[in-house]
Order: sequence, then structure tokens, then C-alpha cells
Amino acid sequence: MSNLSENIELFMGNPWGRGVVLSIAIVTVVMTLIAWTIWFERKFAGRMQNRVGPTFVGPFGLLQPLADVIKMLRKELIIPRGADPFLFLLAPPLTLFFTLAGLAVVPFGPSIVVADLELGVLWALAFSGLLLFPIWIAGWASNNKYALLGGMRAVAQGVSYEVPMLLTALVPVIQCSSFNITEIVNYQIANGWVIYWPPGPGIFAAAIFFVASLAEANRIPFDIPEAESELIAGVGVEYTGILYGLLPLSEYLHTLISSALVAALFLGGWDGPFAPGMHWMILKTLTLFVGILWIRWSLLRFRSDQLLRICWYWLVPISMLTVCAAALSKYLLASGGSL
Amino acid sequence: MSIAMPSPFVADPYLDIDDYDSDADLMVLNLGPQHPSTHGVFRIKLILDGEIIIKAISYPGYLHRGVEKLCEKLNYAMITPIVDKNDYISPMINEQAINMAFESLMGVEVPRRGRWIRTILAEMQRVASHLIALGTFAMDLGGAIGGGASLFMYMFRDRELILDCFEELTGCRFHYNTHIAGGQRHDLPEGWSEKVKTALAQITQHLEDCKQLVVENPIFADRTKGVGVITQQLALELGLQGPIARASGVDMDLRRDAPYHCYDEVKVNVVTESSGDTWARFMVRLREAQESIRIATEMVDGVPVGPIFAGKVVKTAIAIKIKEGQSYVAVESPRGELGTYLIAGGPKGISPYRLKIRPPSLHAISAIPYILPGNNVSDAIAILGSLDPVMGEVDR
Repeated sequence: MSNLSENIELFMGNPWGRGVVLSIAIVTVVMTLIAWTIWFERKFAGRMQNRVGPTFVGPFGLLQPLADVIKMLRKELIIPRGADPFLFLLAPPLTLFFTLAGLAVVPFGPSIVVADLELGVLWALAFSGLLLFPIWIAGWASNNKYALLGGMRAVAQGVSYEVPMLLTALVPVIQCSSFNITEIVNYQIANGWVIYWPPGPGIFAAAIFFVASLAEANRIPFDIPEAESELIAGVGVEYTGILYGLLPLSEYLHTLISSALVAALFLGGWDGPFAPGMHWMILKTLTLFVGILWIRWSLLRFRSDQLLRICWYWLVPISMLTVCAAALSKYLLASGGSL
Repeated sequence: MSIAMPSPFVADPYLDIDDYDSDADLMVLNLGPQHPSTHGVFRIKLILDGEIIIKAISYPGYLHRGVEKLCEKLNYAMITPIVDKNDYISPMINEQAINMAFESLMGVEVPRRGRWIRTILAEMQRVASHLIALGTFAMDLGGAIGGGASLFMYMFRDRELILDCFEELTGCRFHYNTHIAGGQRHDLPEGWSEKVKTALAQITQHLEDCKQLVVENPIFADRTKGVGVITQQLALELGLQGPIARASGVDMDLRRDAPYHCYDEVKVNVVTESSGDTWARFMVRLREAQESIRIATEMVDGVPVGPIFAGKVVKTAIAIKIKEGQSYVAVESPRGELGTYLIAGGPKGISPYRLKIRPPSLHAISAIPYILPGNNVSDAIAILGSLDPVMGEVDR
């Protein structure tokens, strides 16, 4: 018995072994969570729109996500004539892969993180940016004009919103002097959350980061790449079955990871009154997620040129100012208030 | 935060594509007929430079059912339920138009109570139709899974209230067949006016909510203001009517200018806007719905006593006989002037020789080649939604 526990300790002490166990656990938990957040969103939207949402499958429609997955798995996969079959089939799994890779550095608790990388912030944002490639591949390989327009818009939007997102992510990095997300959270536990301490840059940076991550994840009011009223389904228009299912799934996952990043970088991660721990991180993430749902079901959609204008005219200059303010406040705190 | 889109070039509906910049990489995009946002089966061929439309060609006709030809083979009383399906968003007003054409040739005067009821029904139908126009327009802007769909659902909830009233009166929710030449088929049931007033009061409240949700929303203003401008001159040249013309500053409304039914006995305030863009068209519909609610609420209190039908109620369909004559009757439908040109004199005088319906939506979509060029594809959908065409009426 003691031998077994020693072996387990040895295995978990090895970063590779630990990574494998944690990644399996986290992916399982998060994927399950995603299924029921989709259920929750449908119920929530139903409430907002005088509907009831899913009710038929299971009590309160709770088994609806499972039914949806089974339905999608059983559907025929159609590769349109004229499409590039290799790229067409590659794009959706690649989307999911890049999204899940971003999950690796998100810490859910003091030691619950798959890979505690020194450049964790950069890793998360890099994979968020890499997501443009599979979306563009999907748009191009489908050989459909609507998909092409959707992919084109996605790239324009993603490249633009990358800039304020990276700049505002620098604010916690500067204030906590680290790219490691766990260390950023630990610094916030010791010195106060980035969003309010030191006062000023944090709150603007958090707001801009949140808005930019909405745009990165293609959520309303920034969901022009899949604007279903004009582009039908954007890049997903030619996909069927589970290939189509992977696109919105990775979108949801991306939204959840963005919420988790906002919670970790600006809202103190697992810090909280009474009992700090993983539950605070999950609570913050889900609260932000519900906020995103609320925005989604009450706002209209921007036009693509307005979207880019907002980014370059407002978000980029303000995020630059927040970075300067963060650097200045860091300097003042370090020097004890004298320039 | 005002974000206006500078138009890249002056829209020219007669542009020859060969004359366009030869270096440009043009793309032809077929919008429809199976596109979800074309309000039926309607095809627009867009020629795009990037995402900017440089030419738009519309192809109606996918829903042609030969209604006018069919009506030449039917008895007069059988025509009413057929024209119901023309403008399926406001069937009540279509019925009234066709029956007014019959009555004008038969020389029958509908009693005052019948006309009064027709006025109330027309105004309620106008509210229901405008609610759909507002809801679908929001959905065109916001998407079927998003904020636009919320407004769409709210508008449909309110429309249900009106349909409930219609159902109580006629037994049908959509294609009523409650008008016949000479008057009304159904008299008002007990307590109907109270129900109508409750429903309309609720809708008034909900329209205020809608205003707060959408009109005071900066995204909505950015998406609609200055988009798809129809100038007053273009509106007059194309023969546009209804909310579209009134949004361009054409002060014209048949309810006030050529009163029929009981419109000469009530005050009809004509709503106009001057800017002629999609915002103006939305606002005109919103305010017109409020105005119609006011008229209907006022009228439902003072329904006069008396018969609802001139003479004896026609028992059989063949009983309506018109030997000869021709007439043009125009009513103000929610989309504009709905004209019915009827030439009597079919076999044995029981069916028309020729029936021509002048649908306002057909004229509305004739503006598409003029106002789409220069806009983004997203705006094409918004503009199409703001024109509020009903394809059943366009193609007949």
C-alpha cells in the first residue's frame, strides 16, 4: 500500500506524469462543463425570450447536450464537390486542438494547472491568435462564397483585436512582473487584484481585454464571421455532422477560456473572501460566462467596418495608455512615490 | 461614439460592369432564393468588390402561383380566401380590398357597423404586420441566435395577442375569410372590445420596452442611420408608398387622403420622417403601430349598433353576380397602396373577367438596385429587411 502511494507521489512529482493526469482530468471536466453550459445558455435564452428552452430530453432537458452530440455523430459527413478534402477535414479538429492547447496554462487552483509555463500569458494568447488559421482554412477549403467572406472577416477581426488583447494583457504582466499566470495570481493574492490595485489602469485593461476576447471568440456583438443573417453560417456553412459541431464547440471553449483568463489575470484567480480555492476561480469564470451570454442575447451585431473602427480608434489607443499607466504605477510603487 | 461609413463611390444602378475598374477582383454573390434573410424566396444577384456591393440585380418570381389567373376561374365568394394568401402578413386588409372592389361593382353600401368593424380590424392587422416588420428587421441586424432574435420573439408574443382577438372573432388565426361582398361574416362576440383594449394596452407597453431595447441602443443607430437612403425624389419616381415613402418625407396616406371604411370619422395622424434611411423606416413603422393602436382603442369603444351586412347574408357562393363593369379600389395596406383592378364579366357573371392586384411590395423591392450599391453585404440584409417585402404579394 505504501509502495503504491509512493509510486503515485513519484508519478505526480514528475512534470510529465502530472501533466498527463491533469490534462485528462481538466479536459474531461471542461468538456462536460461545456455541454451543460450550452444547455444553460439555451435555457437562459429561453427565459429571456419568453420561451422554455429544451424540455424534452431528460428532466428539464438536461440530457439535451448528449442527444445533440449523438445526433451530430450519426449524421453523414458531406465533402462538397470542389472543396479541398484534406484542408476541409483538417480545419475543425485543428480548431479544437488550438483551443484546448490554450487551456493548458489556465490555472484553476494553486496547483491545478496542466503546464505551469514561465510564458503562460504568451502561450494562451498565441493559441488564441493561431485559431485564425483553422477558421481561415475552413473558409477557404469549403469553396463557398459565404464561407470565404466569413473567413475573410474572421481574419480581419482576429488580427485587429489581437492588438488590444496583447497590450492589455501586458498590464497584469507589468504589475506582477511575471508572464507566469500562477505567479500573477499569487502576486494579486498578496497585493490586491489587478482590476483595482493600483487604481486606474487595471479596470480599463480588464474591460478592453474582456471586449477583445469577445471579438476573438466571435461572440455577439462581434460575431460577424458567422453572421447568420447575411452569411448563413459563415465558415461553417458547408460543414455537416460532427465537423460542424466542432466549430461552435471550440467557440464555446474559447469563450470559457477567455473568461477564465480574465478571472486569472485581472480578478485574482482563486483568491476570494472566506475560503480561497478552486471554487472561486470557477465561480468567477462562470459569472463572466453568464455575462457574455447576457450580452449575446440582448445586443445586435456590428458591421465589419464599424468593428475594425472601434478597435483601431478606441481600443488600441486606450490599451496603450493603460500599459503606460501600469508601467508608471509600477515604477512609483517600487520607488516609493518619487519619480 | 458615432461610426459612419463613408460611401466609397456614388451608387449607379445602371452601371455596366465592363466599365468598372478593370483591376478590381469582382465576385458574384447570389443572395437567395434559399437565403434565410430574404423574407421568402427572393434572389438578389450581388456583384461585389471585396465586400462592397457595386451592382445589385433582383430576381423576383420564385413564389409565383398564378393567383390572378386562378381568380378568373373562381366564383366571387371563392376569391376572398385566395387573396388572403397574397400578403400573408396582413390577410385582413387583402380581404377588405378585394371585397371593396366587388361591392363597388355591385353597388352595395356596407352598413356603418360593418365598416366600423372593418376599420378596427384593419388597424389591428396593421399593428400585427408592423410588429412582424420590426421583429424581422431586428433579426436581420442581430441574427437568429442573438439579440435580434429576442426582439423578434417579443414582437411575435405581442402579435399573438392580436391573433387571439381575431381568432375569437373569426375562428381563424391567420387566413380569416371573414369579409364577404356586402359586409362582415361574423359579428363581434360578447366582451370582445374589452379583450381588444387589454391586448392593445399590453402591446403599447411592450413597444415602449422595444424602444428602450433597440432604439436607444448605439449599435442599432450605427447600423441603421444613413444606410440605404431613399430620397424623396426616388421614392416618387419609383412609386413607393406606405411607410417607405413616408420615411422619405412623402406625406401620403390613403386613410387620410382618400378615406374609405370609417376613416373619415376618425382622426388619422400620418407619421412621416425625412431622412429616408433604414432608421427612418423603422421609426415610421414603430410610430405607425402606436398610432394604429390609438385609433383601434378609440374605435373599439364606440362601435355603432346596426346590421353588419347589407341586405340578406349571401347563403351560397354563386349568389354574387356582377354582369359588367370595371373598378379600381385602393386601400392603405401596411406596406402601401394595395390596389385591386377588377373587370367583371366572366362566364355567367359569377367570376371576374380579369383581376389585377397592385402589390405595394413589388414597388418596394424595385428600389433595391438603386439603394444597395455602395453598401456592405451586411447592410444589404438590413436594407432588404427595412423594405419589408412580402414575397407572396410580390409574385402572386
